[in-house]
Formats: sequence, C-alpha cells, structure tokens
Amino acid sequence: MQNTHDEPAQDRRHFLACMAAGAGTLWLMKGGVLQARPLSDGKAATGDASFSFVQISDSHIGFHKAPNMDVSGTLRQSLAAIRSQAIRPAFVMHTGDLTHLSKPEQFDTLAGLMQEGQAGKVFYVPGEHDVIGDNGAEFFRRFGERQQAGGWYSFDHGGVHFVGLINVLNLKAGGLGYLGADQLAWLKNDLAGLSAETPLVVFAHMPLWSVYPSWGWGTDDSAQLMTYLRRFGSVTVLNGHIHQIQQKVEGTVTFYTARSTAYPQPAPGVGPGPGPLQTVTADALHRYLGVRDVRHVRGSSVLAVTEDVLA
Amino acid sequence: MNAPNAFKVLCVLLVVAALPNAMRNASALEAGPPKGAKVYQVAIHNFAFEPKNLAVPSGAYVVWTNRDEEPHVVTSAGALFPSSGALDTGDSHTVMFSKPGTYTYYCSIHPMMVGTITVH
Repeated sequence: MQNTHDEPAQDRRHFLACMAAGAGTLWLMKGGVLQARPLSDGKAATGDASFSFVQISDSHIGFHKAPNMDVSGTLRQSLAAIRSQAIRPAFVMHTGDLTHLSKPEQFDTLAGLMQEGQAGKVFYVPGEHDVIGDNGAEFFRRFGERQQAGGWYSFDHGGVHFVGLINVLNLKAGGLGYLGADQLAWLKNDLAGLSAETPLVVFAHMPLWSVYPSWGWGTDDSAQLMTYLRRFGSVTVLNGHIHQIQQKVEGTVTFYTARSTAYPQPAPGVGPGPGPLQTVTADALHRYLGVRDVRHVRGSSVLAVTEDVLA
Repeated sequence: MNAPNAFKVLCVLLVVAALPNAMRNASALEAGPPKGAKVYQVAIHNFAFEPKNLAVPSGAYVVWTNRDEEPHVVTSAGALFPSSGALDTGDSHTVMFSKPGTYTYYCSIHPMMVGTITVH
C-alpha cells in the first residue's frame, strides 16, 4: 500500500486539494489492518493518546544536488513541523542516513540542526551513509545509546517496548542489510521476558522486509528476526533507506518505511537505480518529504501512524 | 654479512610481514597512475560497475570513477586490495594490481553492486 502523496501528481488542483485536507494521512492500525483517514479527521480519534513520537529519516546532510540543494533547510522544516504538533511528542526517532558521507562536519551540522530545532530526546540508528570508512565509530561516539558494544539497544516508554537495530554493518558482497548472529542472540534474550501483549516497535535503517532486493532494499537475515516477533500481538517495524512510504502487513507485524527529509527516490524498480529522483521540481519537493507521527492510545495495543508532508 | 646489515634485512622482513594483504597484492595511488602505465577504467554508473568483470595483466592500474549522483565505496571482499573512501560524483580510486588472482569487490554502501578484477 502506498500513500497517494508519494505518487508524482502533476495536477496543481489535486495538489491544492491535498494541502487543504491537511497535507497528510492518518493511519490507524486496528487489529493489524490499516485504515487511512485525512489528517484533519484524525484529531478526535487520537485525542486519548497516552503519548506520541515522531520518526524522521534520511537527512543526508552534505547532499547538494538536484532535487534538493538545501537539505539543512528541509530538515529545519521537518523539525518545525514537529514543534507545531498539538501534542508534544515524547521523543524523536531518526532512522539513519543522518549524513551523506559520514564526514565529521556533516555530523556536526546534523547535531547542530537537531539542537537548534529543539528536537529534544532523539533516538538514532545509523544508515550505511553514516558508517563509511570507520564502521560507524564516529556515529556511535556522537549518537549512540551505549547499551551494547554493537550499538543496538532497547528501551520502554508508556508500556511500549522499543528496539533499535543496526543492519548497515558487515555487509557482504552481493548481500542486503545484515543483523548478524550476535545482535539476533541479544534480541532473542531482550524480548524473552516480555508478555505477548506488550506492543513492540522495532526500528532500523534498511527495510527489515524484502521491499526490492535487487536494489538492496531488504535485510539478509530478517527471517530469523521475524521468528522472535511473531508471538507478539502488535509489532510495528519502522525503517528508512528508500525515501518513500511503503507498507506491508504480515500477521500482527506491520512494516513501514519513511520518507526522507532530504530527497525522494523512485518507486521500486522504476528507472535504472535507486538514486535521487532528480525530476522533482523545487516547488513540488516538499510533497515528497516529511515526518511520521506515531501515537499510542492507552488501553489499546495498537499504534496510530500519521504521515505529514512538509508544507 | 655483518651484524648491522643483518639487522636491517630483518627489519625489512618484519615490515613486509606486518603489511596487510591489501598492501602486498596491490597498492592504492592518491594521484592516479603514472605516465605510460597500463591503465584500465571501471565506470560506476547506475548502481553498477562497468565492466562488471575485468581482466588485466599483472602490474596494471585500475581506475574506478563514480559517474552516479550517489556516492559509492569500492571495497575489496576479504580486504585483498585497498578500499576507496567515499567516492562522490566524479571522484576516482586507483589501485595497481601486482599479484595474479581474482579479486571480488563491492560497494560497501550498496552491496548488491559487485564486480571482479582478474589479474593474469
């Protein structure tokens, strides 16, 4: 299922209609089935939220080509959109590719923008662009949670168990994302004490499901991960990497990929490769970028996922 | 052979033994290949190496050049030759291959991109 805002809409009237409707879609997850509503209708439905959090992804600080010459500016806009939320999110989650080339000055810029944008507590996982040349040493030094030597971690918030996974290291020639035996063993143990009713949110940079393996959009050992997640009644998997919204429901597990705050990439298999979608014009770019808001409703095991485009 | 010379030879041997495989099979050049060298080009284009498989004689220089808008990192499987740093658009990585064999490499940030260099 794909949000209609990700499809190139050339019709300006359609675009204005979308803007008028609140420039976003509210996703309500009920029993593993997603229901879409305009953002403006969603306020009543999420009024009893016990907490919410926001996912942003793929800021690519250092990228300076078509279609976005100002990735700092679009990240600033994303952070402003977070500040304007009626309910202050409990925290922000950044699902990787903070930088384009892992350069110290790019990490500096990202950290400065997050501070300036008053993002508050941010949980990060690295993308493959953040670990170039040093296996992520600089990333983990600046943004790591320092729970495990491998960089992965978990925490609890409002009755929901969150797990941040690393799937961009030790990649094999010809392979996809990779979790590795050590991380999977840790995760099995981390989840062992939880009741099946505990809502789970699992996040990592590369998709933890096979979106389009021939472009590298998947994770080699995600099948093993799934065997640990299936017993839970509500699992939400949040990823970045592909710069567009893709979703899939598999039993009680719902998979989402997020938009980028920097630039869109083509739909799976459209065009020669997964590079920046350069044909997007500057005035249309904001429709392809965005932030994701997730609300947890007390007394319910399901999470409501909202997509906001930059407007 | 007097004692100081023997010591020097031993030192050289130790240094050679300590070099990683990457340095013994091949060497990377910051400035590109010297004049008159046997040079082979590999373009990185549309998330692929062109040509994907390349045969070169021993002593040849291979130059990878990134023609994509996306960065790439030329990485030797098993670290048998020096990997590039992040190659932005237009950046090149040059390696001189001395030891015969087949060298598989990939892009460390897009590992579905795989190529080989066969040195005769």
